[in-house]
Amino acid sequence: MLDKTGIALKEQVLSRFPKKELLVKAKAIIECYQDIPCNPCQTSCPFGAIYIGDDINQQPKLIVEKCTGCGICVTSCPGLAIMLAKTEREKAVFKIPYEFLPVPKVGENWYAVNRSGEIIGDAFIEMVQNIPRQDKTVLVTVSTKIDYLYDFVTIRSRDHE
Amino acid sequence: MILKDLIIIGGGPAGLCAAKTASEAGLNILIIERSPKLGGQLIKQTHKFFGSEKTYAKTRGFDIAKILIGDVLKRPEQIEILLDATVVGLYPDHELTVYQYGIYSKYKAKAIVVATGASEKFLAFENNDLPGIYGAGAVQTLMNLYGVLPGNSIVMVGSGNIGLIVSYQLMQAGVKVKALVEAAPKIGGYLVHASKLRRLGVPIMTSTTVKRAIGKDALEQVELVSLNEKWEMIQGSEKIIDTDALCISVGLSPLHQLLSMAHVEMKFVNELGGMVPVISSEHETSVKNLFVCGDVVGIEEASSAIVEGYLVGLIAAKRLGYIHPNYETLEANYHAQLTNLRSGPFGLKTRIGLAKLRGEDYAR
Repeated sequence: MLDKTGIALKEQVLSRFPKKELLVKAKAIIECYQDIPCNPCQTSCPFGAIYIGDDINQQPKLIVEKCTGCGICVTSCPGLAIMLAKTEREKAVFKIPYEFLPVPKVGENWYAVNRSGEIIGDAFIEMVQNIPRQDKTVLVTVSTKIDYLYDFVTIRSRDHE
Repeated sequence: MILKDLIIIGGGPAGLCAAKTASEAGLNILIIERSPKLGGQLIKQTHKFFGSEKTYAKTRGFDIAKILIGDVLKRPEQIEILLDATVVGLYPDHELTVYQYGIYSKYKAKAIVVATGASEKFLAFENNDLPGIYGAGAVQTLMNLYGVLPGNSIVMVGSGNIGLIVSYQLMQAGVKVKALVEAAPKIGGYLVHASKLRRLGVPIMTSTTVKRAIGKDALEQVELVSLNEKWEMIQGSEKIIDTDALCISVGLSPLHQLLSMAHVEMKFVNELGGMVPVISSEHETSVKNLFVCGDVVGIEEASSAIVEGYLVGLIAAKRLGYIHPNYETLEANYHAQLTNLRSGPFGLKTRIGLAKLRGEDYAR
């Protein structure tokens, strides 16, 4: 499925989420499902929470108790395959990498989009961070209905045709 | 005849990196580059690179180019650079003919590193010469170097990393990517790139190819067709898409022609992309003191070209009597990096290809 369409299976996605109890704090969701020679997630994490090892072809593993939800890995992953997720009562809150114009602004309401590229609902822009270390990959904090916790992956502007 | 110690043909990542380590060893070098800028394909790459930090992972390609070019420009007393200069002849006695600004000049070197890179493959289909049909390299040159859009919408052919990445860059530039088609049953490049496109709403169609292009003066439509497991077109599965641009990204072949001209022993190795020079474990061809590095000896990622360049720079300098102060440590380190980059499933083709090449060499 993934290797024909680019869409990860539900089971694959769920395997990268920690237990829901742990998501009261933001945790990295690492959607790297293939052995490729790459390790910036591991080397960028200041807390040693992502493990790949000496063979950089191995897939990254999250050591969930060490992950502080800082978001450095999100803008370090060249594959844009990492986001942060947490739950806040009835909301799911994400930090996602975003590399398109226009850059979202705090307070705007965008579309929430799933891994197939379909609009699933609304995404409220909570915070936008774009500091030099991120090298132009904007870190966008968005909140959605909690129902989208396992489906949401990105945002789309309402001006998009 | 102009005499030089080491001439490096090609100022892309492999050539630049070879110049760096060879100059550190104390050698004087001439880099000959046919385009007006150093950096090769890196200068068009706007995405963050994969790999390890040693090969500048998570740095954007054009910024890697700046780093590699900067390393070379730091040593102007040792490294001379000819731009807009094409090597049009390479002869077995290390002589070469260079064409620059309407003038042909003869050079002779004690050693030569050929780092010419690769050229794009194309695809045969009806009307494939209509305006609006591009190779992926041309799309990147227009869009990322000169800021010119190749069209309003596009269909991408080929799901290797280049096809996937260029599709993403096209979306960033505001071009509607109507479909990405792949003749094989599976996506060829990194799945993270494919997922990035899919979440933007780009349909990825495997087992599909282009049957023909349609248009009067320029491309107007593309007819796609599904392929069966024998890669035959399935009659009745045709589908027409309106688009003013089509991008072909179906792989690269080593730019081997200069080597063939110098009577280097060549071999066709499919896994490495086509005709490649037979090399020793020191990256030396069958012509003594004629070395190769980068895509000309097998299509790989830029990270491998960088490390191979560093390695070959060390080796070529040593051959001419200039031993890098950290030769042994660096050599071991570069070999380890190459092994690591090539050890996963994506390195399989390179591993098989190199074994084919070197197997013969050891047997000889």
